[in-house]
Amino acid sequence: MVISSTVTHPDEQRQSITCTFASRYMRDPVPKFKLPESSIPKDAAYQIINDELMLDGKPRLNLASFVTTWMEPECDKLIMDSLNKNYVDMDEYPVTTELQNRCVNIIAHLFHAPIGEEETAVGVGTVGSSEAIMLAGLAFKRKWQTKRKAEGKPYDKPNIVTGANVQVCWEKFARYFEVELKEVKLTEDYYVMDPLKAVEMVDENTICVAAILGSTLTGEFEDVKLLNELLTIKNKETGWDTPIHVDAASGGFVAPFLYPDLEWDFRLPWVKSINVSGHKYGLVYPGIGWVVWRNKDDLPDDLVFHINYLGSDQPTFTLNFSKGSSQIIAQYYQFIRLGFEGYKNVMENCLENTRVLKEGIEKTGRFKIVSKDIGVPLVAFSLKDSSQHTVFEIADHLRKYGWIVPAYTMPADAQHIAVLRVVIREDFSCSLAERLVSDIVKVVNHLDTLPSALSSKSAHVAVIASETSKEVKKDITETQAEIARYWKKLVDGKRVGAC
Amino acid sequence: MVFPKPASESDLFLPYNFTSPHNADSLPRFSIPDNSMPKEAAYQNIHDELQLDAIPKLNLASFVTTSMEEECNKLIMESINKNYVDMDEYPATTDLHNRCVNMIARLFNVEIGENESAIGAGTVGSSEAIMLAGLAFKKKWQNKRKAEGKSYDKPNLVTGANVQVCWEKFARYFEVELREVNVREDYYVMDPAKAVEMVDENTICVAAILGSTYNGEFEDVKLLNDLLLEKNKQTGWDTPIHVDAASGGFIAPFLYPELEWDFRLPLVKSINVSGHKYGLVYAGIGWVIWRTKEDLPEDLIFHINYLGADQPTFTLNFSKGSSQIIAQYYQLIRLGQEGYRRIMEDCRENAMVLKKHLEGTGYFNILSKDNGVPVVAFSLKDRSQYDEFKISKMLRRHGWVVPAYPMPPGAEHIKVLRVVIRAEFSRTLAERLALDIKNVLHELQKLPLNIKDEKSMVDTALEANREIIAQESNKRQKIMAA
Repeated sequence: MVISSTVTHPDEQRQSITCTFASRYMRDPVPKFKLPESSIPKDAAYQIINDELMLDGKPRLNLASFVTTWMEPECDKLIMDSLNKNYVDMDEYPVTTELQNRCVNIIAHLFHAPIGEEETAVGVGTVGSSEAIMLAGLAFKRKWQTKRKAEGKPYDKPNIVTGANVQVCWEKFARYFEVELKEVKLTEDYYVMDPLKAVEMVDENTICVAAILGSTLTGEFEDVKLLNELLTIKNKETGWDTPIHVDAASGGFVAPFLYPDLEWDFRLPWVKSINVSGHKYGLVYPGIGWVVWRNKDDLPDDLVFHINYLGSDQPTFTLNFSKGSSQIIAQYYQFIRLGFEGYKNVMENCLENTRVLKEGIEKTGRFKIVSKDIGVPLVAFSLKDSSQHTVFEIADHLRKYGWIVPAYTMPADAQHIAVLRVVIREDFSCSLAERLVSDIVKVVNHLDTLPSALSSKSAHVAVIASETSKEVKKDITETQAEIARYWKKLVDGKRVGAC
Repeated sequence: MVFPKPASESDLFLPYNFTSPHNADSLPRFSIPDNSMPKEAAYQNIHDELQLDAIPKLNLASFVTTSMEEECNKLIMESINKNYVDMDEYPATTDLHNRCVNMIARLFNVEIGENESAIGAGTVGSSEAIMLAGLAFKKKWQNKRKAEGKSYDKPNLVTGANVQVCWEKFARYFEVELREVNVREDYYVMDPAKAVEMVDENTICVAAILGSTYNGEFEDVKLLNDLLLEKNKQTGWDTPIHVDAASGGFIAPFLYPELEWDFRLPLVKSINVSGHKYGLVYAGIGWVIWRTKEDLPEDLIFHINYLGADQPTFTLNFSKGSSQIIAQYYQLIRLGQEGYRRIMEDCRENAMVLKKHLEGTGYFNILSKDNGVPVVAFSLKDRSQYDEFKISKMLRRHGWVVPAYPMPPGAEHIKVLRVVIRAEFSRTLAERLALDIKNVLHELQKLPLNIKDEKSMVDTALEANREIIAQESNKRQKIMAA
């Protein structure tokens, strides 16, 4: 780490006319561990950072993520203008606060919350579904504890029932808030939570059952209606009143537009809270989620902090405090810009492109489609024959064409199944779908010409590194390291980039 | 979040102000509109409504940064679509995050080698940072008690009554008892001796604030450390310290480098700082740093496989934008130590200018200290004719947002006005504000008695109502004073 001296460098005197790349700032090593002693011109700072960030992946080619990567320039402008507004300053920015409240109400109505025309909904904007889920979980835990205390029963062992396909933030919630996580294991060909098994696991210490609308691994919708019916029966027998939470992080902005008749939301009486990610199919940049409660009673008052807002009471309940207002404004922009028909058109396009991709992949004859037709628009597929090559290799090779397509193993008890998953976002057009299919075909054909990489018999492995067919020989240590990495990936599969 | 109250008919629909055929219908306010509208109209609609928000730069209530350089704005917009948590996809961004953690850790004199990596994380703000630090303390304490075979169901945390609201949130959400040391007149921060008295075997940590939100004062962390060392020797409880340096963390290293408050003190195990206060970044970034690996219990960390290597993560939030992290790195390399030092010196200078003017009027007591966060907290010497809330209200009419609130429990009878001197608060603005405060004083003195002196005019019911509003306002100000 270079610590600049105090001697004036000739360049500094010519600072204003020296081209950034000709200046000494391009020669000095970039600060990594220690705050540099001197300042540098803003052009140099911009250039240094910009150049490093060129090595990041291209957000739009990132097919691993549900998170929105493109918005209209008008919206970008609004975002820019509100970057310096601290969302939590309700006194100072009343309109921004008002926009947040409108979004909450719009979403609550979309989910058929049982509120009257004149009533306002109970909900809040969060930084993402993680925070939303923690708030919802906290509400359930507190409500259950209060009930148990009133009954004079022990309240120190709360648990939550969910599928093993659950996203990592439920595990975080369980660990941080000291709730036991009871996971319903999956089986081959049934990759979501089985409502029957879930209800079996419910006991008096269960604070809620969490169902997912849009499983991260296969995009499938869990059968919330069946869960509700089974739970109604069990609750009648036991009197435990175990409620349901629906994690609609991806599905919450898909189901109302594509499958309006599917009953999964507040139309089911035991559903008490729902979370959705604004930054997935809500079509906003990363950093916004929403949680909505059925009504006031589902949110224990002692968790809510009361702030006096313009003379009236403004309750708040979030983990984060100060944060930017941009994404909230962007969400509202999308609601009024697109409206119901706009969202519906976008989702229908996604569905159509999903179909194109799925058919293209099926036509190769090498893959089995694991995702369902009804669900979040994504295609999850596994190799029919994994003996010679794995989906991990396919993922690796696709990177060379610029695509980021992740490969995962399924959670317990289906760990032997590994899939590739392509998420179809708003900006993934039909032409991109066709291009991806042709690149997958190229990769598969190419792999057919290679010996199996999982074989540890040969000491040297020949790998074709680029289009110019340069052969690179690896030695034993490298091969073993590669194999170790593959196995490590298999083990850690669930945690790799799945969101 | 909105609470049920009857909405009027006009509240349910938004009227338009354009004549284009698309805008003939009014927009519903509570449910999603059926049809789309042109993007220009959507933009204009929202843009116009937002004109009614306050001007961020004139908001003197907040510590949070409201202006950054154009080059930085450019970087922010370019990375607005990058999901920070996709470490595989955006390795350069992840690298920048790690560099920020390391730079800030070394700024706080953490004891690690030249090329060793520090333990810390970027968060959405000090609230998340404090919750993570608190969680680590709680888990560590629980593990220790379990190993000793003792009860671990009643953890508590000792802090001053001047603490920011997020500590109360932490206590309530994570079921830890909050033990607050009351302040007293002329001593508005936590008294280390009293704090150490309150420590018992169930205390997970003592939290000291570097830069109290009420008056910007630095608490005496060194004294706390020394007293706690003694107590720990006697009891064997090993109670640690956390320093909430939300505002002070980017001031003390530059203005008061000799002040020992950070990892130079052996009992300090974690520190949080807000990047969006004197870190000079827009709202939405905070940092938490731990002393060593041992201070962050392994079972709280989630391991993600990152490019074949293990990347441990420990945050409450998952997906979020990368913009503020990149902006923080930009500020760190753009300004360097000399840049930050210059800016903090300017802030202190402007604070002194304002303070001098206020003292010169003869009407005010200054409650903020010279050494601390550049904040000027002042109260009226004579409250018989009008109070601080009145002054705050009158200043609003001039465009300034200067909050008024009572001091924490133990000194609630003292009310203050507080002006935060941020980096963009120039000397000119300081003098203008001083002038406007003097004008307000003149206006208030000229008002006839029966309007000024509300106490004698009002009947009990109205006064009671006002009391309630004042109480709620106190709570609000306490929360807003962050």
